[in-house]
Amino acid sequence: MFKPFADYLIFDLFDLTPGSHLGDALNFFIYDTLKIFFLLTVIIFVVAIVRSWFPPERTKRILSHEREYVGNVMAALLGIVTPFCSCSAVPLFIGFVESGVPLGVTFSFLVSSPMVNEVALIMLWGMFGWRIALIYIGMGLLVAIVAGIVIGRLKMEKYVQDYVWEMQVGNAEIAEQSWPERFAYAREYTIGLLKKIWPYVVVGIGIGGFIHGYVPQDFLVRWAGRDNPFAVPVAVALGVPLYSNAAGVIPIVQALTAKGMAMGTVLAFMMAVTALSLPEAIILKNVLKNRLLGVFFGTVAVAITMVGYLFNAIL
Amino acid sequence: MKIEVLGAGCAKCKTLYENVKKAVEMSGKEAEVVKVEDIPSIMKYGVMSTPALVIDGVVKFSGKTVSPEEIRGML
Repeated sequence: MFKPFADYLIFDLFDLTPGSHLGDALNFFIYDTLKIFFLLTVIIFVVAIVRSWFPPERTKRILSHEREYVGNVMAALLGIVTPFCSCSAVPLFIGFVESGVPLGVTFSFLVSSPMVNEVALIMLWGMFGWRIALIYIGMGLLVAIVAGIVIGRLKMEKYVQDYVWEMQVGNAEIAEQSWPERFAYAREYTIGLLKKIWPYVVVGIGIGGFIHGYVPQDFLVRWAGRDNPFAVPVAVALGVPLYSNAAGVIPIVQALTAKGMAMGTVLAFMMAVTALSLPEAIILKNVLKNRLLGVFFGTVAVAITMVGYLFNAIL
Repeated sequence: MKIEVLGAGCAKCKTLYENVKKAVEMSGKEAEVVKVEDIPSIMKYGVMSTPALVIDGVVKFSGKTVSPEEIRGML
């Protein structure tokens, strides 16, 4: 549907020659932009409707009855459908632990919720296909479950800020929403999110198109290919400060893959971009003492790095 | 009537606060609008995602903002 339009616009209307550098780059840019924005709009809207059934207050109630293992799996799964914004991480964390959700289970949620997010998934789907997007979901859940179990096992409750345990938490009855309210919420959410990310997406696709057209083939094989053992950890380290730009990063990464970057490295990088971020660390410092914060970042970073190696070995 | 907007400094929290003030103005009702930013007070209501709207001690919604017109309907 978008391919004929991009062809018509670039090769007929603008009269550029198919096969020329500029024509192909522009054609690619128009096609990708249309495809990605179409996917973003539709999927973000649908996800927002689904999420209106899973306010964090309800998720908390479900998880407070769960123990280790089953709880970690449930938390990772609920992380996908519960809306999460790092700006609400503090009330969310306090609400969870105060209502008896085990610490490790809380962390499974905190890892999965931002990492398995709809924007990253749509971009991966649009750029690499649905198989890679599914692998990303599966591996994201695995990282969240394992990291949560490890943190739970380390018995780090004393490294939660002391005031958290003394907090009085009320029990909000969140009113059931009507369909018009759900649609209004989903519309606002979709528009708000698109407004925030569209420049990154366009710039990302632009840079990706440029790399596609002008950077020599196999340029990155030496540095980011599967034979370089340092590629995965370096990608994870680079991913941490790039938070919230997942939308813009993926088209660039896709172009880099075409020039020889290994797929496992790509997945690890994407997970680091979404799961770990400096702003989130600063916010979580309000509820976690340094040691637990360090363990949280360390455990997740190691788990992501292992996923990267695993996929470089098998993909 | 006492209206509280719960939220610690996120962009949406400011939007909701402004929308509430507009809604009160449109309705012409007497209402005290306050911003609640400290975590213990937010937690007392059991709210886990901000911004949230509390009218006379009752949580109306959390984790989103709505238009002044919709808020007016809740007053």
